[in-house]
Amino acid sequence: MTDTSEVLRADKVTKRFGGLIAVNTIDFAIPRHSIVSLIGPNGAGKTTFFNIIAGIYDPTDGRIEFRGETMIAHARRAWLEPILWLAMPGVVAAVTIAASFSGIAQGTVILGIFATVGVLLASLVTGVARGPAYQRFLSRFGIFRSARPNDMVVAGLGRTFQNIRLFQNMTALENVQVGMHSRLHAGWLDALLSTPRARAEELSSRLRAEELLTLVGLEGAGDGLAKNLPYGDQRRLEIARAIASDPVLLLLDEPTAGMNANETAGLTALIGRLRKDLGLTILLIEHDMKVVMGISDRVTVLDHGEKIAEGTPEEIRRDPKVIEAYLGAPAV
Amino acid sequence: MTATTAVPPAAGRFRSPRARLQAYAIRHRSATIVVSMALITVAMIILPQVPPLSLIQRQSSWFDTFANAGVFILLAMGLNVVVGLAGLLDLGYAAFFAIGAYTYAYSNSPFSQQDLPFLPMLVVGAAVAAVFGIALGAPTLRLRGDYLAIMTLGFGEIVPIVFLNLDKWTEGTNGIGGIFRPEPLPIIGEFSALSPFAYYILMVGIVTVAMILLYRMQDSRIGRAWNAIREDELAAAANGINTVTTKLLAFAIGATTAGFAGVFNASKLTIVSPEQFLFAVSFSVLAMVILGGMGNIWGVAAGAFIVYLIQVVVLKGLNSMVEGLGIPVLDKINFVDYQYLLFGLALVFMMLLRPEGLFPSQRRRRELHIADELAGPIDEPGVIGALGEAPGSADEFGEAAGEDVPGRDR
Repeated sequence: MTDTSEVLRADKVTKRFGGLIAVNTIDFAIPRHSIVSLIGPNGAGKTTFFNIIAGIYDPTDGRIEFRGETMIAHARRAWLEPILWLAMPGVVAAVTIAASFSGIAQGTVILGIFATVGVLLASLVTGVARGPAYQRFLSRFGIFRSARPNDMVVAGLGRTFQNIRLFQNMTALENVQVGMHSRLHAGWLDALLSTPRARAEELSSRLRAEELLTLVGLEGAGDGLAKNLPYGDQRRLEIARAIASDPVLLLLDEPTAGMNANETAGLTALIGRLRKDLGLTILLIEHDMKVVMGISDRVTVLDHGEKIAEGTPEEIRRDPKVIEAYLGAPAV
Repeated sequence: MTATTAVPPAAGRFRSPRARLQAYAIRHRSATIVVSMALITVAMIILPQVPPLSLIQRQSSWFDTFANAGVFILLAMGLNVVVGLAGLLDLGYAAFFAIGAYTYAYSNSPFSQQDLPFLPMLVVGAAVAAVFGIALGAPTLRLRGDYLAIMTLGFGEIVPIVFLNLDKWTEGTNGIGGIFRPEPLPIIGEFSALSPFAYYILMVGIVTVAMILLYRMQDSRIGRAWNAIREDELAAAANGINTVTTKLLAFAIGATTAGFAGVFNASKLTIVSPEQFLFAVSFSVLAMVILGGMGNIWGVAAGAFIVYLIQVVVLKGLNSMVEGLGIPVLDKINFVDYQYLLFGLALVFMMLLRPEGLFPSQRRRRELHIADELAGPIDEPGVIGALGEAPGSADEFGEAAGEDVPGRDR
């Protein structure tokens, strides 16, 4: 994975839901270490676009390059995948059938049947689990399937949700530890045997989680349940959880929604600090124009699924098309 | 803005002895389990020798009962991983029990003319069950909620029917009989029908080990991931959890535990037949998990033990007691016949009065008593009041308010 100057690049991304075109041929790029805002009226397709980037929706058309690698695009040759699943067990089955006709011992034939079922199962499980090696195997056959949300996290993307989606009945600390999941390595065997490695990792993850909580301004709140935190703190906790996977790109979906002026100012400062201290690149959906104009390096405006303007906050503020989208066309 | 929470911080010096004991138990979980199980084992050896237990049945019968109860404890602890920790409703759990039992039957019976050693077969039986757990899980885990429940229900029906109808391989309804008992083990002694003590000790060992391993699993990174999936699958995926493999692992571990139970059960009953693994078993085990307290391993084990004793000992005892009284209508009732009715009633009342189960996990209690917690101290009325929204209700508001991203499974 090479570091390019652009963390993310969207190329003619389109998403249709039936007849509705939610996102229409959008080209978009996020330079490294920048804060880019995505604004637009309600229903402009901002969150849909977000969900495409995060790997939740497959785009109908176009592709998304993340850190120089194509991660998301419309599936290509997907029909071939189940055939590949059946190929290996098919070979084993064919050998078994051929052997049974050549008059081999019955025990061997039964063994062949077991082997067929075993291989079928193994290929099915690898297929469902979709590890990195399997993805590479698929690409050798020209099959492309978009990364899933968890693959995107592994690749270096963190996100928050428009409506807070914390694990409500887990403590704040556990929430952050879940965020670290993809960066921890203790497998099931480590867990069962409680290996020193697993215990050390668990301990260090707890310390790191406390650090992150302090970073977002929640020191000492780790033992409380997520749902008992005040609303503003829940937003902060969600950010802590999102940055726990050490992302390169952080997606924030309306981080200041429902906050008062004080809290908004605090959160804006936090976002600035995240970029400075952690070297994050941040993509923001936001309705609060003060926040957008205050911290963004670039602003992209969507309306009805189309990109209508792009530029520095200054340019956007003066763009007649943006004013029209927000306030309606001037009456003649 | 520092957060305030309803849970008081553990103030080091002023904790009660009980809280300190709890903290110690959590820190040294495996040791606690071993010590507690040892104490319980000793108690179960002594108690049946003194009234009132000695009046009900002989000591060896009690050991027999306890060993059989152990089978259900194992089953309940295994199902607890799938249902209680990962939140996947599995209605066909008895299938894995059956697979473990039949695996042992094939390895140790006159029917197959094999006589393989018991302890390795215990592992093999569990492994075979795990493979079937994965085989069932791989195609079905893309489904959610009700659909998954129906699929597992189907699987649970298919397995006994396959064993029933493949006469040539399984002896059909008669089942595979005359299964060899385990060979004598050092210390424990000989396994026989007359002295079930060896089975009892072996069962205690298996349950102890299973409990330690399951607790470790629950407290690990993977246990946390199961919990996250149970609470919000999409958010779990968006935080880097491979939901498919994690759920598959829950299924595999649940099936493994059932496999252990199956092998043990087959070696103890010395016969396996399809009617031992009908839906009633899946249902009973699920009821044990719910009554005991989903998500709490000790609670589930205790729930299974209590329910089994009620089924097998209490209802029978009730029969003989009522017969002795000579009340005209009551003495005609066979309480054992009505066990599922009583079971159902118990479940209904449980759901009404104490939905988190007899011995709930902390987590479940919190989930099911949201109202109580909201009545607790809320220290920043300014923040909350400004939003007109209480903490904890955020998700209900959120679900209603739009952006509900339908999860996509690929």
